[in-house]
Amino acid sequence: MFVALHSDLSSFGFFSIVYFIYEIEVHTVSLSFLSEDIRMKNEGEASEQPDNTAFTQQQLPAWQPILSAGIVIPGFLIIGLAFLGIGIGLFLTSQTIQVLEMDYTGVEKDSPCFQCTMQSVQNCTCEVTFSLSALFTGPVFFYYGLSNYFQNFRKYGVSKDYYQLTGDTQYFKSPRDVCFPYSHDSKNNPIVPCGAIANSMFNDTFELYQIINGTKKKVPLDGKGISWWTDFNIKYRNPSSVNGSFASAFDGTVKPINWPKAAYELDLTDPNNNGFLNQDFLVWMRRAALPQFRKLYRRITEGDYAGGLPAGNYSLTVHYNYPVLSFDGRKKLVFSNVSWMGGKNDFLGIAYLVVGSLCVVMSVVMLIVYAKFKFSDDDDA
Amino acid sequence: LNFCSWEERRVRANDRDYNEKFQYASNCIMTSKYNIITFLPVNLFEQFQEVANTYFLFLLILQLIPQISSLSWFTTIVPLVLVLSITAVKDATDDYFRHKSDNQVNNRQSQVLIGGILQKEKWMNVRVGDIIKLENNQFVAADLLLLSSSEPHGLCYIETAELDGETNMKVRQSLSVTSELGDPNNLAQFDGEVVCEPPNNKLDRFCGTLYWKDCKYPLSNQNMLLRGCVLRNTESCYGLVIFAGPDTKLMQNSGRTKFKRTSIDRLMNTLVLWIFGFLVCMGVILAIGNAVWEKEVGALFQSFLPWDPPVDNFLFSAFLSFWSYVIILNTVVPISLYVSVEVIRLGHSYFINWDRRMFCSRSNTAAEARTTTLNEELGQVEYIFSDKTGTLTQNIMTFNKCSINGHTYGEEQHMRVQALDFSAWNPLAARDFCFYDQSLLDAVMEGEPAVHEFFRVLSLCHTVMSEEKSEGELLYKAQSPDEGALVTAARNFGFVFRSRTPGTVTTQELGKAVTYTLLAILDFNNIRKRMSVIVRNPEGRIRLYCKGADTVLFERLHSCNHELMNVTSDHLNEYAGDGLRTLAVAYRDLSEEQWEEWSEHFRGADKATDCRDDRLAAAYEEIEQDMMLLGATAIEDKLQEGVPETIAILSLANIKIWVLTGDKQETAVNIGYSCKMLTDDMTEIFIVNGHTVQSVREELRDGGKEAEAPPPSLLESISGEFALIISGHSLAHALEADMEREFLETACACRAVICCRVTPLQKALVVELVKRHKKAVTLAIGDGANDVSMIKTAHIGVGISGQEGIQAVLASDYSFSQFRFLQRLLLVHGRWSYLRMCRFLCYFFYKNFAFTMVHFWFGFFCGFSAQTVYDQYFITLYNIVYTSLPVLAMGIFDQDVPEQRSLEYPKLYEPGQLNLLFNKREFFICIAQGIYTSVVLFFIPYGVLSHATQSNGVPLADYQTFAVTTATALVIVVSVQIALDTGYWTAINHFFIWGSLGTYFTILFAMHSSILFNIFPKQFHFLGSAHNTLGQPVVWLTIALATVICIAPVLAFRFLKLDLKPQLSDTVRHTQLVLQKKRKPGGRAGRGVGGAGGSRRSGYAFAHQEGFGELITSGKNMRLSSLALATFASRHSSSWIDTLRRKKHANSPGDRLLKIQLCHHRNKLHFKIY
Repeated sequence: MFVALHSDLSSFGFFSIVYFIYEIEVHTVSLSFLSEDIRMKNEGEASEQPDNTAFTQQQLPAWQPILSAGIVIPGFLIIGLAFLGIGIGLFLTSQTIQVLEMDYTGVEKDSPCFQCTMQSVQNCTCEVTFSLSALFTGPVFFYYGLSNYFQNFRKYGVSKDYYQLTGDTQYFKSPRDVCFPYSHDSKNNPIVPCGAIANSMFNDTFELYQIINGTKKKVPLDGKGISWWTDFNIKYRNPSSVNGSFASAFDGTVKPINWPKAAYELDLTDPNNNGFLNQDFLVWMRRAALPQFRKLYRRITEGDYAGGLPAGNYSLTVHYNYPVLSFDGRKKLVFSNVSWMGGKNDFLGIAYLVVGSLCVVMSVVMLIVYAKFKFSDDDDA
Repeated sequence: LNFCSWEERRVRANDRDYNEKFQYASNCIMTSKYNIITFLPVNLFEQFQEVANTYFLFLLILQLIPQISSLSWFTTIVPLVLVLSITAVKDATDDYFRHKSDNQVNNRQSQVLIGGILQKEKWMNVRVGDIIKLENNQFVAADLLLLSSSEPHGLCYIETAELDGETNMKVRQSLSVTSELGDPNNLAQFDGEVVCEPPNNKLDRFCGTLYWKDCKYPLSNQNMLLRGCVLRNTESCYGLVIFAGPDTKLMQNSGRTKFKRTSIDRLMNTLVLWIFGFLVCMGVILAIGNAVWEKEVGALFQSFLPWDPPVDNFLFSAFLSFWSYVIILNTVVPISLYVSVEVIRLGHSYFINWDRRMFCSRSNTAAEARTTTLNEELGQVEYIFSDKTGTLTQNIMTFNKCSINGHTYGEEQHMRVQALDFSAWNPLAARDFCFYDQSLLDAVMEGEPAVHEFFRVLSLCHTVMSEEKSEGELLYKAQSPDEGALVTAARNFGFVFRSRTPGTVTTQELGKAVTYTLLAILDFNNIRKRMSVIVRNPEGRIRLYCKGADTVLFERLHSCNHELMNVTSDHLNEYAGDGLRTLAVAYRDLSEEQWEEWSEHFRGADKATDCRDDRLAAAYEEIEQDMMLLGATAIEDKLQEGVPETIAILSLANIKIWVLTGDKQETAVNIGYSCKMLTDDMTEIFIVNGHTVQSVREELRDGGKEAEAPPPSLLESISGEFALIISGHSLAHALEADMEREFLETACACRAVICCRVTPLQKALVVELVKRHKKAVTLAIGDGANDVSMIKTAHIGVGISGQEGIQAVLASDYSFSQFRFLQRLLLVHGRWSYLRMCRFLCYFFYKNFAFTMVHFWFGFFCGFSAQTVYDQYFITLYNIVYTSLPVLAMGIFDQDVPEQRSLEYPKLYEPGQLNLLFNKREFFICIAQGIYTSVVLFFIPYGVLSHATQSNGVPLADYQTFAVTTATALVIVVSVQIALDTGYWTAINHFFIWGSLGTYFTILFAMHSSILFNIFPKQFHFLGSAHNTLGQPVVWLTIALATVICIAPVLAFRFLKLDLKPQLSDTVRHTQLVLQKKRKPGGRAGRGVGGAGGSRRSGYAFAHQEGFGELITSGKNMRLSSLALATFASRHSSSWIDTLRRKKHANSPGDRLLKIQLCHHRNKLHFKIY
């Protein structure tokens, strides 16, 4: 590996480029010719000798790196060792992170949410229990996860109206075509927010209880600030209230087909968590890159649970609304805490360890090869 | 006239109304393609004829279909517009200069006779049928019928350098009826009508008839002045415009030159086709995937993502998905490829133009890359076809040595002695004549009779014309440089030829004016190989002076010369050994009776109507007997500077050099020896000289057998031992379909091949033969019009911008003024160009595959929905901003070894010839590397990010984070890769590589900033992604991991390859850079090819055409003043021209191959060395 540092490179480089362009302009003139006129050129009799500059003579000062053993072998070794070091650090850090994952789709008959998978059941609620043998160190993050869910499908991804979402009420009346078939309902009323993404918003809700001596103690879930700062503060804007009523801004529009409530009613407890600035909505609208994904649902940062979830039994009440079985999807609940490097990530640590050790091995192999077939300077090739 | 086409042109002099009816082209020429209004449509039309451009237009149209469109329209249109506009700007600039030069030419002034008065008119206003007046040194404005001239007999002289490249003058003569017209008043009354052939491009042929005053006069090319010629030595003349503007022969000849493509170009096109195939395969795979997915998953997923009503079917969806993927994956064939290649080639061309070491200060000409499309092929040349005269040699003859009466002079010139100063005692001496041997001058001073007689021969026996502008300022016009050299030598040694009339020759012998009566000129021809004059000196003694080839002359000597002949013969051998061209000189005293008797005989032969030539030859033979030998001259055909060294280096670089010359065998062989192509160490030199098919075949077989005797594998090493010399008439047979393979095999087994006496067409045929069968890159180098066909045929044509006009240069792809620059052009510029182009292409394909194939892998995770991995702006800018400049800088500036090393180690040239650096194998390696990189770039982020979260708990697996991570990793990986590929880091490379990375991050942050989002909320929805993503350590760890996984194997592979299988260039580079102290010269074996060859080579080099003797004695070319004294024989007016023409026909070899081309170059046969 070579690293080059030229203190004055930018100024010199820029000069050369300007010069280069200048030269091209000048010489295009001399490139022109017409058979009858070539002898006219000699009338000037000025010397045609090209300029003697390092640039025109291709003699610019240059650094000519070469893959010499002195650089490559130690380079591999250093990189290998560095990767091993980072890998060990990452792996150990990753090990300290606690993760609790539960599938609550209800595929198996004995799973608590099995009854909710029946089509006939409305407003189904089921209870998932789990117990912690040790303190789940806080802050604890509470995710829901979906798999086999293609938020990254191209047509799904484009199916939203950016102007609507910036609060431009003009587009409330006529959503863009890309939202089709979720731009208008069957009565041709415009849908706000339109499009497949908004329409398919995840709508299971959860309540977490710690079971202490048979009584349920509600664990407070913090839903603030779970979306990107830029999404909440810049990218998405609610329409301004009409006559002091936020809901009136949505007059003449209908809610997305799958939604039980309109956008302005998403959070009845907190008037600021409504419309396009609803945190759950923002989280959902930031679509996932891969068909298996987790999204942040809540943080557990308050009250008795600020330090984490103590050991004990817990019960999760799931308001099971979101159908995934039709396309063989799965729903998960995940509790996790984070370190400096984010959540649990064994892959990264292991990958660093593997690559690091390969680099070290490679440097040894190269050393052997180099020693055996020494790059001989008296090689006449 | 029977071969004239029936379609004819009628032109009536001084009758514009009549000529108007035919709507002949005006004299306005237009080489430009566009004007302001037509530029855009025409240029766009032309550009869209390029397949690549049409392809991108097609993609653009696809993108406008909403069901298919997987990318925004601008991702294609921005690069397309960029490419189109760069090309358009280039075209516009070119055309602007064409307009300018057109205007300049069109606005030149000429004098037109209108209504009996000469009026100034612009060239473009000259019409067919006008009579125009030309003055000395003016360009001829249109193709004219010469009507009259200021010179006697309606003669005028023209220089045709612009037309056919010959600098020697040609004579044109008007019809005698029109030459009498003389002044403008008479000409204004002239109302002749010319009926002639329609416009064509045959420079040497014109047939037409002049109808005037109820008489018919046949017209030929001899009466025509063609556009592009320059009037010389003629005060003025009048001509009738027959063809104007685009109809002129000059313009008819300036047809579009054949478009040459390099082998890399062809390979590139093949590869691009393969990539298209690959693209379609990918599309099909993904479309099938889409069909399966839609059927298995998508159909069920409809509760969240219903099918579009028009789709509503997984098969149709797959069909649309195919096109969507074609759009996404189109970047594997980047539109910027072709533009980048052009830019790189342009850069290389400028480096050639700028090279001071290819600048000749003497002629003040720099090397010029006249085409910008062939540079990298200069690094792959295997065969060089070289002209001799003017290319290997300077075409300057110097009187170098002489042998007089058994005594040789001129030896001392090897030592650095001061050149003799003649001007002190001889005011008429030529300044630039150099001779080093004082003893010869002493011998002249001492009045040695043999020496005097020797120089007297040289001053009398020739056909040189002299011109004395002012007293003592003599200018000789010789038709061959040999003859000029001899007469100049005599002049400096005190025997000054001053002037001649048809019947006299006036010389100044050692300061004393002497006028000889010229009784006869026994002219030169190829069979006689000698010429003689018979003169009567002022005392009345008649003497025959003869000079000619030693072989011919020695047979005709008086027997008493035996001893002298032996001594002279030894001298001649010596001279020949030095590569000099020799002539023997003799005289014979004739008595009055002998002369009378012979002249009677001669007149009889001359007047004969049948077999005139034979009878004349017999008459000449009769008198050229019993001559007394005087001595011999040796003329050096000066090689150009550095020719032997260049040839040695080029052959060490495994380039085969074939010399194709119109010269004779002896001369060619001489030059072969003096430039070390032929050496005495050679096992055998095959000479193929047969005149029949059978003999040629046998000669070739003999040679072939011997040359191929060693097993073919050893052929390379052994081939140095043989040389093949083949003459034009044998070549004609050898090039026939059934023998060409045999000829080629024999020739290729030889180290040196010399073809002599070849016609321009044969030159081209030989090149074509090698091109067709050897699959090798050929280069033709020449300086004259006779090389044009060869230059145009070869892959690369090089013109020597020397003395023979500019025809070759105009047809060439590269031009410079010295043969020796060829080594620099090939070994330095060519080698570098090839290297750079190959590295560029490898990297270019690599980076685009790495970039594009990520989409393919992503397809498997996004339901084959043609969802892009990256932001669309990234896709737009990746090829044109983020990664274009570093690779361009490498393509333009990279060097593996310094220039002096590539000249020191010619073997470094070999990878180019073997096409090792970029071929299908290398291409697949690049592709594989690209695909590997794309796998890493997709799956490492996939593995890391799918479960990763930010430190605030927000998952990282959202689409935008993934896109930014992958894109950043990609830019960094390809930047590291280009850093690894760059072998020569100039400040510009630094600037571009760091600058590209900087630009990437700047643009990334700018586009993800809230400012841009607030302005265009719909366009920039990656708002905040850069901050959010690149602030995460995990993301950087991912990028670092991906980079190392991508680069480390490449690095290890390169290092091991360097260790285990180093290329010569690696070794040289290593030696150069690491072990500078231990540098050793090496690689130059066989360089100092030494020792003058001792084999006897006859060096007759009397290189001119017959016919001039007659021209002189007829007085046709004498100016009036000198004619006044002469007894002007009243011969029928154009007999000398007739004779010339007849002989020309007789001389031209009668094989069918030649006939086609001969007519083209017949003019050349007049005077050029043949």
